[in-house]
Amino acid sequence: MFYQAIVFLPLLGAIAAGLFSLRQQNAAAIAVSVSGVVLSFLLSLFAFSHIAMGGNTEIVSVARWINSGTFEANWQLRFDTLTAVMLIVVTGVSSCVHIYSVGYMHHDKAIARFMAYLSLFTFAMLMLVTADNLVQLFFGWEGVGVASYLLIGFWYHKESAHTAAMKAFVVNRVGDFGFILGILAIFTLTGSVSFDAIFANSASYQDAVISFSGITLPALEVVSILLFIGAMGKSAQLGLHTWLPDAMEGPTPVSALIHAATMVTAGVFLVCRMSPIIEYAPVALDVITIVGASTAIFAATVGMTQFDIKRVIAYSTCSQLGYMFFAAGVSAYPAAMFHLTTHAFFKALLFLGAGSVIHALSDEQDLRHMGGIWRKVPVTYTMMWVGSLALAGFPFFAGFYSKDMILEAAYGAHTSVGMFAFWLGCAAALLTAFYSWRLLILAFHGQPRASEEVMSHVHESPNVMTLPLVPLAIGAIFAGWAGYELFVGHDMAAFWGDSIFILPSHTAMEAAHHVPLWVKLLPIILATSGVLGAYIAYVKMPHLPGKIAEVSGGLYRFLFNKWYFDELYDRIFVRPAVVFGGWLWKRGDKGTIDHFGPDGLSALVGRVSARLVHIQTGYVYHYAFAMMIGVVILLSWYFSGFGR
Amino acid sequence: MISSWPLLSVITFLPLTGVLFLLLIRGNTESVAANARLVALWVSGFTFLLSLSLYFGFDAEMSGYQFEERADWISGSGISYHLGVDGISMPFILLSTFLTPLSILASWKSITHRVRDYMIAFLVLEVMMVGMFASLDMLMFYLFFEGVLIPMFIIIGVWGGAERVYAAFKFFLYTLLGSVLMLVCMLVMYHLAGTTDIPALAEFTFSPELQFWLFLGFFASFAVKVPMWPVHTWLPDAHVQAPTAGSMILAGVLLKMGGYGFIRFSLPMFPDASEYFAPFIFVLSIVAVIYTSLVALAQSDMKKLIAYSSVAHMGFVTIGIFTLTEQGIAGAMFQMISHGLVSAALFFCVGVVYDRLHTREISAYGGVVDAMPRYAAFFMFMMLASVGLPGTSGFVGEMLVLVGAWEASHWVAIFAATGLILGACYMLWLYRRVVFGRAEKPEVLEMAGLDRREVMIFVPLTILVLWFGVYPSTLLDVMAYSVSDILAQLAPELSVQTVMR
Repeated sequence: MFYQAIVFLPLLGAIAAGLFSLRQQNAAAIAVSVSGVVLSFLLSLFAFSHIAMGGNTEIVSVARWINSGTFEANWQLRFDTLTAVMLIVVTGVSSCVHIYSVGYMHHDKAIARFMAYLSLFTFAMLMLVTADNLVQLFFGWEGVGVASYLLIGFWYHKESAHTAAMKAFVVNRVGDFGFILGILAIFTLTGSVSFDAIFANSASYQDAVISFSGITLPALEVVSILLFIGAMGKSAQLGLHTWLPDAMEGPTPVSALIHAATMVTAGVFLVCRMSPIIEYAPVALDVITIVGASTAIFAATVGMTQFDIKRVIAYSTCSQLGYMFFAAGVSAYPAAMFHLTTHAFFKALLFLGAGSVIHALSDEQDLRHMGGIWRKVPVTYTMMWVGSLALAGFPFFAGFYSKDMILEAAYGAHTSVGMFAFWLGCAAALLTAFYSWRLLILAFHGQPRASEEVMSHVHESPNVMTLPLVPLAIGAIFAGWAGYELFVGHDMAAFWGDSIFILPSHTAMEAAHHVPLWVKLLPIILATSGVLGAYIAYVKMPHLPGKIAEVSGGLYRFLFNKWYFDELYDRIFVRPAVVFGGWLWKRGDKGTIDHFGPDGLSALVGRVSARLVHIQTGYVYHYAFAMMIGVVILLSWYFSGFGR
Repeated sequence: MISSWPLLSVITFLPLTGVLFLLLIRGNTESVAANARLVALWVSGFTFLLSLSLYFGFDAEMSGYQFEERADWISGSGISYHLGVDGISMPFILLSTFLTPLSILASWKSITHRVRDYMIAFLVLEVMMVGMFASLDMLMFYLFFEGVLIPMFIIIGVWGGAERVYAAFKFFLYTLLGSVLMLVCMLVMYHLAGTTDIPALAEFTFSPELQFWLFLGFFASFAVKVPMWPVHTWLPDAHVQAPTAGSMILAGVLLKMGGYGFIRFSLPMFPDASEYFAPFIFVLSIVAVIYTSLVALAQSDMKKLIAYSSVAHMGFVTIGIFTLTEQGIAGAMFQMISHGLVSAALFFCVGVVYDRLHTREISAYGGVVDAMPRYAAFFMFMMLASVGLPGTSGFVGEMLVLVGAWEASHWVAIFAATGLILGACYMLWLYRRVVFGRAEKPEVLEMAGLDRREVMIFVPLTILVLWFGVYPSTLLDVMAYSVSDILAQLAPELSVQTVMR
C-alpha cells in the first residue's frame, strides 16, 4: 500500500479537487490537491532512502490490464533507483508548484480546476516513472501529454493558448508515432513489453534484424531510434521542439512544473531506462548525441534574441535538455540523470521567479517593458540570481557539477561525435550565461520601461509564492555538491545498481574524471565571458545590441524567427494537409467515387430518387408490413427452388 | 449447451412486445407521444437488463457457442431456427441492447412528430440487430442482416434532414449491390453443403477456387457495411441526414455488422481466400485511414467530420481482422466495441448542440465551454477516447491491432500508425473550434447547459469507456477463447506460412 499510495494519492487529490471544482468549493479543492501531492512527496522520501540508498528494487502489482494471447501488459509499479530519483524530482517540484499556485492563481475563478489538472499531471508523471512495462510507460507518457494540453490551454478564451495546446499535443503525437512503433518492434523482438523480460537477454539480440520489404536493419538500432523519436517529441529536441516555446501560453506554474522540471525530461528518463537496449545500438547512440548537441546550441542561439521572459527560459530548457541527451548519447546516463535532477531545481526556480516578476508587473511578459524593479522585489531578484548562477554553471552551484560532468564525459568519450558534442556544448555554455544575464539585466536593472501605473503597483509576491522558492533555491545551490558522489562519483555503481546499464567498453563516465585541466576550466571561463558580454552589451553600451542586430540583419532575423521552423512546417505539413484533404473530398469522394458510383447509377435509373420521395408520405407500419410480406415472399421463393 | 429456457429468443424478440403496446396506445397526439417514449424506453431498458444475464451467465473458459437454441424450421432442409452466442457475438448483443435505450433517450425531445412510429422503428431495429448477432443459421442471419436496413432506412428517410432522400437512396443503392452478391454466394454454399447452419458451414471445406469467389461475394456486402474505402461515401451523407439517435445506432452498431461478418463468415469459411486477400484488404484499409483522415480535416460540418473519422477507425478494424493473429482479431473486436461507445457519444455531442442552435456548421459555434462547461468536459473525454488515449477504451483496440499488424507486415503498422497523428489533428481541431475560444455570438452564449436527461446519456457511456480502458480484461477474457477457436480453424491452412516464418 505504501508504494501504491505514492502514485495514487495525487490521483485521489485530482479527482476530489475536480469534484469540488464543480461546486466552486475552491478552498477544499486546494486543500485536497496540495495535501495529496505533499503526502506523496513525504512517502517518496522514505521510498528513496529504502530503494536508492538501500539498494533495493520493489515491484508492486496493481491489476491486470491488456492481455491478449502472448501480449501482456499489466498495471505494475517498479521502484528502482532511476524511479526513486524521479520520484523525488517529480513530487518535490510538484509540491512547491502546488503551493506556489495557491498564490499565483488566487484571482482565477477556476483555481479548483487548475489544481485538479496539476494533481492529475503529477499522477500521470508518477505512472510514467514507475512503469514496469513500456505500455504503462506510454500510458503515463500520454497522460502527461493530456495534462499538459489541458494546462497550456487553461485560459481557453485566448486564441493563442488553445492553439498552443493543440500544437503541443499534435507535435507530441508525431513523437508518439515513433514510440508506439518502437514498442511493437520490441514486442516482436523479445516477446514481451516488460522491462525485466526485455532486458534479461538484450545482449542476445545484437545480431537480430528487422526487415522492411527487403531492407534489413539491425533490430536494436531500429528499436532505439524509434523510441528516441518519441523522446524527441516529449523533450522538445530539434525538429520536434516547436511546441515548447508556444507552451509558455499556459500559466507560469505550469511552465515550471511541466515544461521545465518534469514532463520534458521524460524523454531523457526513457533513454536512461532503456539503456540496456540502447547500449547495444552504437548508431542510435551517435544519433542521440548529435541531436542533443545540435539542440543545445540551436536553442541557445534563439534564446539570445527573444524578448518574452518565459520564452527565453523555455529555449534555455530546450538547450539544457540537449545537454542531457548528448550525455546519454556518450553513455554517460548517470551524468544525464544528475543534470536532470539539478536542472529541475534551478529551472523551476527560474520559472517561478519569472512568474513572480510577471505577477509584480501586472502580467507583463515582454522584457522590453521591464527593468528597474530590483529594489522592489528583493526576494524574487535574489532567487533569479541563484537560478541563473546555477544554470550558467558557476562554481559550487548545482549546475556547475552536473553540466561540467556532461561536458567532461563528452570529451572523455574520445569519439568524433563526442568531441562534436563537447565543442557545441561549450559554445552553448557561453550563450547560456549571456542570455541569462541579458534576462537579469533587462528584467531588473536599468530605467523602468513599464508605464507609471504599472510601476506604482510593483510589489513583492506574498509568502505563499516566495516560500516555495526557498527549497528550490536550496536545491539549486546544494544539489550538485550533495549529489555528486552518489550520482556520478565514487558511489555511482552502488547507487544506480541495475537500473542503468553501461557496456564496459563505454568508458566516458570513467574518463570524465581524468580529463585535462583546461577541459575542466573552459566552461567556467566561457560562462564568465558570457556574463561579461551581457554586462557590456546591456549595461555599458546599451546601443550595441541594436547595432549588431542591424548590421547582421539576415542572421538576426533568422535567429529571432527561431530558424523559421514554424513557417517551414506550416508550409510543408499543415497547409498542404488541409488543402489536400479538401481536394480528396471534392475530387475523390464527390468527383470520382460518387460521380461514377451512386450518382451515376441514379442518373441511369432516371427518376428513382424522385419516386422515393413518396416514402415519407406513408406510415411506418406500412413499411413494417411490407417488410414482413417481403420476407415471406423471399422465403417462399427460396424454398420452392432449393428446399426440396 | 442447450439452455433450459429460450433466453436468447426472449432477448431478441422482447422489443416486439413494446411494438405491440405502442400500437395499442390511444389518445391525442401529445399523450400518444409521451406514452410512446416511455414504453419504448422501458421495454428497451428491460431488454438491456435481461441481456446482462448473457454476460454474467457466460462461461469464458469454454469454446463454442452458449445459450444455444435450435428448432427445426423446415424439416430435412438443413435450415433451422438456431440461436447462440460466443465471445464474438455476445459483446455486440450487449452493445446493441445498451445503445438502444440511450438512443431512445437521446431522441426524447428532438423527435416531435410521429413519435409512435419512430419508437416502433427503433424497437424493430433492436430486434433486427440482436437477432443478427444471435443467429447461427445463415438464412436467419441474412434476413436479420438485411432487415436491419429497413428501419434504419425509414428513420433516415422520414425523420432525417433536408436532403434525407438523397442520403437514404445512396445508402440503399450501396447496400443493395452488396446484398445481392452475398445472397448468390449463400445459395451456392447451401447447394454444396446442404445446410445453412453456421457452425456446420465453418467446418465445411470449400475448394480454394470457390472460396475466392465466395469471399468476394461476401466482401461486397461486408465492405459496404464497414464501410471500407472506396465504398464509404454513403456514410457521411447518411449520418448528416439521420437524426441524432439514428447516427448513434448507425455508427454504434450497424457499422460493426461488416466486421462481425468478416469474423463470423469470411475467416472460418474461406480461410484460404482470407489469407490470399489480406494484402488487398490492408491496402484498402490503409487508404481508408489516411485518406478519410485527411478528408475529415477539410470538413466544415461536425457530423461529417465524425462520420469520416468513423471510416478511419473502421480501417483499423479491417486491418486487425485480416492480420489473422490473436492480437489483431481481439484488437479489432475491442476497437469495434470501443468505437461503438465512443462514436455514439460523439454523435450525441453533435446532437446536443444541434438541438440548441439547429446547425452543424463548426463555424457557427466557438466558445461553447462558457455556456456549457459540463458538456465541454464530456466532449473532451470522448474526443480523447477517439484519438486513442491510453486509459480509455480507444487505446486498447488500436494498440492490439497495431501489435497484430506489425506481425503481419511492418509497413502496415507504420502506415496505420500515421492515423494516430492525423486522428489527433482533426479531432483536436474540431474540439478547439467548437468548444474553446471566447463566445462572441449571442446565441452561443445563451445555450442552455446539459439537462439531467443528457447527463444520464453521457454518464454511462463515459463510465464504460473509462472502465474498458483501465480494465479491458472484462471484454478480452470473454473473447479470448472464441478468438483462438477462429485461429485454430485457420491454423491448418496457415501452417505452411507459419513454418516459413
